[in-house]
Parts: sequence; structure tokens; C-alpha cells
Amino acid sequence: MKYFITDNPNAAVAIADIPEVEYAALYEDLKERLADSRYHVAHYFARPEENRLKFYLILLDDVKHKIMVSSFAMEYYDDIALPSLTALHPQMHPFEREIAELFNVEFDSMPWNKPLRFPHNRRNRNSSMDNYPFYTIEGESLHEVNVGPIHAGIIEPGAFRFICNGENVLHLEIALGYQHRGVECEFTKTSNRLRQTLLSESVAGDSAVSHAVTFSQTIEKLMGATTDENLNIERTVALELERMAMHIADTGALCTDVAYQLGQVACEALRTVVINTTQAWCGNRFGKGLIRPCGTNKPLTAAKIELIRKNVTDVRRRYNEVKEDIESSPTILARFEQCGLVPKAEMLRIGGVGIASRASGASRDIRASHPYAAYINKIEHQAVKMHDGDVMSRLMMRCHEVLQSADYILQLLADYTPANISQPDYTTPLRGEMLAVGLVEGWRGEICHVALTDKSGEVSTYKVKDPSLHNWLGLAIAVRSEGISDFPINNKSFNLSYCGHDL
Amino acid sequence: MIFPKIKILHSHGWQYIPDLNAVELTEEFRGRPYLTATADMRDVEAAAQLCPVKAISTQPFSLDMGKCLFCGECALRAPKNISFTNDYKISSTSREALIIKPGDERVEFHPEQTREQIYQLFGHALKLRQVSAAGDASVEMELNASGNVNFDFGRYGIEFVASPRHADGVVITGPISQNMAEALEICYNSIPDPKLVIVCGSEACSGGLFADSKAIDRSFLDRYKVDLWLPGTPTHPMTFIDGVMNLLRLKTR
Repeated sequence: MKYFITDNPNAAVAIADIPEVEYAALYEDLKERLADSRYHVAHYFARPEENRLKFYLILLDDVKHKIMVSSFAMEYYDDIALPSLTALHPQMHPFEREIAELFNVEFDSMPWNKPLRFPHNRRNRNSSMDNYPFYTIEGESLHEVNVGPIHAGIIEPGAFRFICNGENVLHLEIALGYQHRGVECEFTKTSNRLRQTLLSESVAGDSAVSHAVTFSQTIEKLMGATTDENLNIERTVALELERMAMHIADTGALCTDVAYQLGQVACEALRTVVINTTQAWCGNRFGKGLIRPCGTNKPLTAAKIELIRKNVTDVRRRYNEVKEDIESSPTILARFEQCGLVPKAEMLRIGGVGIASRASGASRDIRASHPYAAYINKIEHQAVKMHDGDVMSRLMMRCHEVLQSADYILQLLADYTPANISQPDYTTPLRGEMLAVGLVEGWRGEICHVALTDKSGEVSTYKVKDPSLHNWLGLAIAVRSEGISDFPINNKSFNLSYCGHDL
Repeated sequence: MIFPKIKILHSHGWQYIPDLNAVELTEEFRGRPYLTATADMRDVEAAAQLCPVKAISTQPFSLDMGKCLFCGECALRAPKNISFTNDYKISSTSREALIIKPGDERVEFHPEQTREQIYQLFGHALKLRQVSAAGDASVEMELNASGNVNFDFGRYGIEFVASPRHADGVVITGPISQNMAEALEICYNSIPDPKLVIVCGSEACSGGLFADSKAIDRSFLDRYKVDLWLPGTPTHPMTFIDGVMNLLRLKTR
């Protein structure tokens, strides 16, 4: 089958150059390729183009470090059902569900044909949050536990329906969409690029830097602009600081849930140091305001570099002490080990990405497979991997990655001299009729943005994919056959985004 | 097994901020804006044009913090007219007080606008139920941080609780999505009277970037009176704590 083949730093293509194939060819090709873990789908979406519905596929080849783009089209009002790819490869489920929800496309023998996020522009207005078709099992010994949408803590909303046999979970279904704000539509309603940048920062507030870098890289590709070495280094430092902060927060949250208070308060204090460092750099604890297309308003200075190095060194040492204590405390290990298992084969089948997938032994890390910014030439990233796929592995992923990120920051800043970094660019026109892909490894995993422009260079379609889109199913699988009281530690070990999923 | 723990304790030291009133945020922090009117307002017009949420008015000159996302770009376009101070005391009892005019050096806070029974009943113990209605998780994390080992608002008897039945008020974050509107209403109705409504974050105050989105339903705020407005993207823990303490008359601005 024909693909347009490119790589992450150059992922922009004229829409006219994207091959258009028959669905049958695409189906046969993906049927084979997706059986090999070397390939996975980064995005698959549809949009109306005149009287046709055009589907775009962004496929990643992790071994050859390539991004493969292809497409097919059908008549907008065609009543043909497409054979479902989800039936073969469950990793396709969120994409097919989104297309079905937005355009009423029927996928033949789709095993999980359910609403994805109840967007405001869904085709079927009768489908609403109140009538989500939860899976049910009949049985005298079974009961259902319904949690949400509002949860006990200060977190985002989502509805969880457990089917339990006694205290054990037989099945968990997660219904999302409560957080839907219409992010993707807002991108196309404005030509104010600063507004678009701020939208990217608010896709998921805990990944503000990651999504803003993904947006900036996507837009820079549409401009045909290249970013200078120093900007790449500073962006990478910001990305790794965000990763440190969130991994430390999650470590603390896991400690909280097993009543290990020392780990909890130590991590709270350490996260404060990291986010206050980000605040001292750019004025915001989440890095909002730092990442801008083609430049930044907040370049590093000698004093800020010194502060980052000092704080990161200190946090690295103190966090390592928490890690060592966790590893030597049997009461903690008893809760985390062999709990919430997701085997590697299962993780690959559902298309898991990021730390959750690496905890199960899969090598999904965009920094290594599709390098960008300073990972291209400054850092030779070796992805951390664990094997068991349990809560402990997902916690240890964080423990190792915090130390790795600290090392990367110190390495990048060791011989870095702040130099003139360009100002943000909000005005250079984008190239018309182009498609560009941005791929970044956020702290949760693979973030993918796809932008398409019209003839006049305005963004006509903007697609956002947060790693949570794939990994929510991983959480549902992890808790099967576990005690329902272990749900909180499983949930924290994934810590997925609701707003990143609901958009 | 005890030695690693002693090591952590030793490194951890004393993290509690003894006097929150003495806290001063880093100079880079973008808090209360300060406006200066000049004869030539062309820079302000350019900044207002760029502002992604149209928070700046030129006739007359003002900046609405309830809309502002504190990105700071206007201060770069109009440095003579707009600057951001590191003053985190930017909450208010009224929406209008969030609109900053030239020369304003503090945000007006009128505790007398709040019902008397609020501080009489909740002055020593305030339990709040938070509802995220399409918040982007950053405001939620800052609210969590308000109770952490550093800020510890529990010392004033302020606490977040799980059940609305145990709560004295609701803290709303996010622009309020259609899909959360009903759950928010149910939660609010479950809270016993008298109760507070606090909106936290610029997106909750005005809808922010999503003010014109079709996926948003802010009719809740037309039906119920808001007692405390807290701007910010996200609202800093110090802004939240300062706002609630003023509301309870534990301090005055």
C-alpha cells in the first residue's frame, strides 16, 4: 500500500501528495502491519471535504523512525459499512469510535461500538451522558458499583462502573466526556496564533509544556521554519522538568493511597521545589507562558540556569532517598507488587503508550523512536523499561525516569551558554493545503497533534491526541480480578487525563 | 529499614511555611496587573488586538482579570501601560472588582457583601466540595497543593471533603461543560444551606478560552450568586488561601 513517508522533524506534507487508497487496501495493510509491534497508529481521523468524507491515517514505524501518512475517501452520504479494524486490532477503538460518533460512519462488526466523549458536534443528539450504554452481566452473585462523575478527591470527572463478584472486580467500564470543551473546534475558529498556543497549553494543564511543544512544532513545520539549537535545548529542559514534577506528584499520590505518609509529604515538598523552579523561570508553576512558536518570551539566563541546576541536583538526591525507602519497605511492596497486571502482549494489543506501556516491557517512547528537539543530537535517549506491568513497575518507571530526567537536565545545562533566542512568531503565514504532524513524548506518553491548512493557510482541521486516549483501556484491564479496594492505587499508577481525552 | 526513613526525614527538614502572610512570590510570577494610562494608547490597542480572550478594553482603559489568562503578552506589547506585579491577592467578592483600571494598586475585597452567617458559621471550620467542570487539571492540582505540607490551609480549619452533604460550599473549576452542568447542579443541591459558591480559575470566572464554545453551559452561574471569584491560570495556592481567609474575615486586605 502507498504511504507518504517522512520523519518527525520533517513531518509536513502537501495534502495533494498524500496517497489516496481504497479502504480495502488500507484494511488489508493495517491488518498485517499492526500485528507487528513495530507499527502503531498515532492518529486516524476523518473530516468532510466538499461532498466527501476523507480519512487520514498517521502510522508510526518505530524501527525505521518513520511517520507514514495515507488516506482514503468515501461519499459523504454513502451508506456503506466499513469493516472494522478494531475487530482485528483493539488499539483502533478510540479512533473508530470518534469517527462513528462525529460522522455516523458504520463500522461493520465493531466489537465496542460506544460513544467516546459525547462531543457537542456529535451526529446523534439522542446519545447523551445519561444514557451511556454500560456493559452489564447478569448473575445472582454479582453487583455493580457506580462511581462518578464527581470523585471523592479534587480531580476531574469521569464515570466508572464496576461489575464485582464479591470484592473482586470482574469488569470495569470507564465512561468519559464530562470534560468536553470543544478544544479542537476552538483551534480552527481563530487565526490568532497566540490564542491557539494558549489552547494547546490548556489541552491538559498537567502537560501544558508537552502539548505546547507539540503544537509549536506542528505549526513550525507548517511555516517551514527551523528552530535553533538553543531553543531546542531550552524546550527539552522544560519538558524534562515537567516530567520530573508530575512523576514526583504521582509517586506521592501512590504513597498517600497506601498510607505511607513519609513518602507522601517528601514528594509533595519535592514537587513544590520543581514547579517553583519552573515558576522562577517563566512565572507559572505549570510552565504556561514558556513555550511559544519559533521562540520564547522567557529565555534562560545565567542566574536561572544556576537555580535549575542547584534545585534539580538537590531534588535528584532527595527523591532517590524516597525511592530507596520504597524499595526497602515490605509493607509498601506488598501492596504494589503483582497488583494490576497488564502483560506486554495485552498492552501492545490495546495500543498502550508511554510509561504505562514501558512498565509492561513495550518500547514505546517517542524520544527514542521519533526524536525531536534536543533528543535528535544532544541526548541519546535510552528508554527505561520494566517487565512486570504491575503497579510497582509503573511506580518504578517514574522513580527511574525522574533520575534520568534530572541527569538530562544537568547534562544539557552543563555547558550551555544562554544566547540570543528569537522572539515568538505569531504572524508568519502557514503554507496552504498542507498536513503537519507533531509528535512529543509527554510525561504520560505519546502526544500527537495533526494540523491541516486550507488554501489561504488558515488551520482548517486540528486534531489532538493525548496518550490517555489509549491508556484508559489499560486501566480498565489492570483492575480485572483485583480487589476493588486496589482500584485507587491502580488509578494513580496510570494517572490519566480526563480533559486530554475529552478535549 | 528505619535508616532510609531517617535519611528522608533529615533531608526533608522543615517544609511548613510558618507565616503565610509573609510569603512573597518570585518576581517572575504574573499576578495583579498594574495599568498606566498614557497619551499615546497605540501600544494598548495592539495588545488588546492580540489578547486571546479580549480581556483588555481601551475605551476606557481596563483589564479584566476574570478573563485574563496571565500569559503576559500584553505587557510585552505595551510595556509603558501594562505590567504584571507578583501580588497574588487578586480574589474578590464581586466580578466587577476583577476589572483593573489605571492606577489600581489593590483588588477591592468587600467582606460585607457576603452574608453575615457565612463567617459566623464557617469562620473556624469551612468544609468545601470541589467540582471540576472541564477544568484542565492545573487548577485542581493547585487546590490540592493548598492543603499540602508547604501551604497547609488545614491550619485555618479549611478542608476539602468528599461528600457534598458534609460541605459548606462548592468550589467550581473549569469553564463548565454542558456534559458536567447537571452533575454540578446535583452536587450543589446536595449541600445543606447556607452554602457558598466559589469559582476558581479564570476559566471558571469567565469561560476563558472556551467562553464562546458550543460545548459550554454556564447557566449555573446565572442562577446562583457567586461569593468568591478567584482568577488565575491556574489560581495559585496563595491566591486561594488569601481569598478564603478574607471571605471568612480571618484577615483583611
